[in-house]
Amino acid sequence: MKVKLLDIAHGRSGDKGDAANVGIIAYDDKGYEIIKKHLTEEKVKNHFEGICLGKVERFELPNIRALNFLLHSTLGGGGTVSLKHDAQGKTLAAALLRMEIEV
Amino acid sequence: MKEKIRIASGQGFWGDLIDAPYDQVTKGEIDYLVMDYLAEVTMSILQKQKNKNPEFGYARDIPALMERILPVCKEKRIKVITNGGGVNPVGCAEAIIKVAKSLNIKGLKIAVVDGDNIKDRIDELISVGEELKNMETGESIVYVKDKLLSANVYLGAAPIVEALSKGADIVITGRTTDTGLTLAPMIYEFGWSMNDYNLMSAGTVAGHILECGGQASGVNFLGDWKSIELTNIGFPIAEAFPNGEVIITKHENLGGKVSYETVAEQLVYEIGDPKKYITPDCIADFTSIKLEDLGNNKVKVFGVTGAKETDTFKVSCSYADGYSASASLTYSWPEALTKATAADKILRGRLENLGLEFEEINTEFLGYNSCHGPLAKTLHEDDINELVLKVSVRSHDFKSVDRFGKEIAPLILTGPPSVTGFAGGRPKPSEVVAYWPALIKKEFIKPEVQILEV
Repeated sequence: MKVKLLDIAHGRSGDKGDAANVGIIAYDDKGYEIIKKHLTEEKVKNHFEGICLGKVERFELPNIRALNFLLHSTLGGGGTVSLKHDAQGKTLAAALLRMEIEV
Repeated sequence: MKEKIRIASGQGFWGDLIDAPYDQVTKGEIDYLVMDYLAEVTMSILQKQKNKNPEFGYARDIPALMERILPVCKEKRIKVITNGGGVNPVGCAEAIIKVAKSLNIKGLKIAVVDGDNIKDRIDELISVGEELKNMETGESIVYVKDKLLSANVYLGAAPIVEALSKGADIVITGRTTDTGLTLAPMIYEFGWSMNDYNLMSAGTVAGHILECGGQASGVNFLGDWKSIELTNIGFPIAEAFPNGEVIITKHENLGGKVSYETVAEQLVYEIGDPKKYITPDCIADFTSIKLEDLGNNKVKVFGVTGAKETDTFKVSCSYADGYSASASLTYSWPEALTKATAADKILRGRLENLGLEFEEINTEFLGYNSCHGPLAKTLHEDDINELVLKVSVRSHDFKSVDRFGKEIAPLILTGPPSVTGFAGGRPKPSEVVAYWPALIKKEFIKPEVQILEV
């Protein structure tokens, strides 16, 4: 069965230098089990192919049913160096929610 | 000791909703108004303004805001804490004194927290072995010290606590952490030991929740955002208790929403390793945070733990690193994407013919895929009504960037058809500001607190 990440989670993203931070929060415990199992560093790295040029780091916050991802080398240099329209990665949480997961 | 204090967030950055702090002091009861004005880029802008006029260098919205809120704050005994002093907190405090005098307000103590600005101390610091190595590259600051625009240490809550204990009604700081602004009144009012790292972390987490203004009370919410009234957004308020528990809420008569989800989203905003949220005051463990939605726009935040702070302060330096410019043109159906792509090719060809030098040329199609790049849905060209071609360049050669700005308008008469949207003149080169994050041993930094009275 395919699950749309958008239906089971929400989130927020922002910048940390040239890295983007993408926090994804499941609406309930069942959703957290799904994202914890399926949203691996590798899967997120593949999802952001062509956007995230560095490694992806994943951190767990089970207390709020959340995962935090650091997408390195993603913002075109960060700060005012970046020429990107979304230089602060504000829309990348929504971009991750595009993912569909086979469960 | 008070049983609880209400700390209200008034600004999340310089440029935030102007009426938000006014609403916070007038639409309900609060004890403290805290306002974060400083992003990394703000420090370099403020430093440039101060270079042009030594009286400037702080968030110049503050005097006009003070004119509106000082009488209310005085009457309701609300204390104001802000880092909007930027690179000139003394100038900011003096401007507030001027406002107070014009309003005939007396008996006001304004504290200035200084000592974060190390721009003029770089040589001295290098001579004692503090190389301010770049945290990402490991390079010594020697390479960029002649191009520095600003260099500031992120101070913590301690100097603000000192200011409050000296009776300050208003505390104006330079580069203080956003979280320190909220933590400080808790330490002061509840007599917390700064060695109690769980309490330091509890206040720090509250500060993180408040630091982006409306982002904790329904703004930028990716959940059910459509159900939230945002026109009259109420910024978040932290109701803090002596045991470290905090209830995040907002004024009842304002819009916005405080729920488990809106607070959780703000908790994950711009964090790295959640177990190590490092501030000058503590290392907070975000995996310890417990949230309980009490309903009625109240969310309890409790159970926070943390560890001893590090022996260094973070330093944020900015330096001039070339120039950039950016220009946009709008293309309409039919074949909008093909037209925009062709225009980009023509433009790049002309830039190449001119022999201009760029470190980067970036082309984006706004309204098509500029946000999500390869993840965006591929639209059939017939389904694209219009899009904006945005081309941006960056170079250390000013002349190349300047000339780029002169090659955009000609595309209107020498490029593909159905083009519009070029207004505002030739884009001018703007200075690229790059950052140099570093650490400095705390022993080299001596924050100073002075009190001005009116």
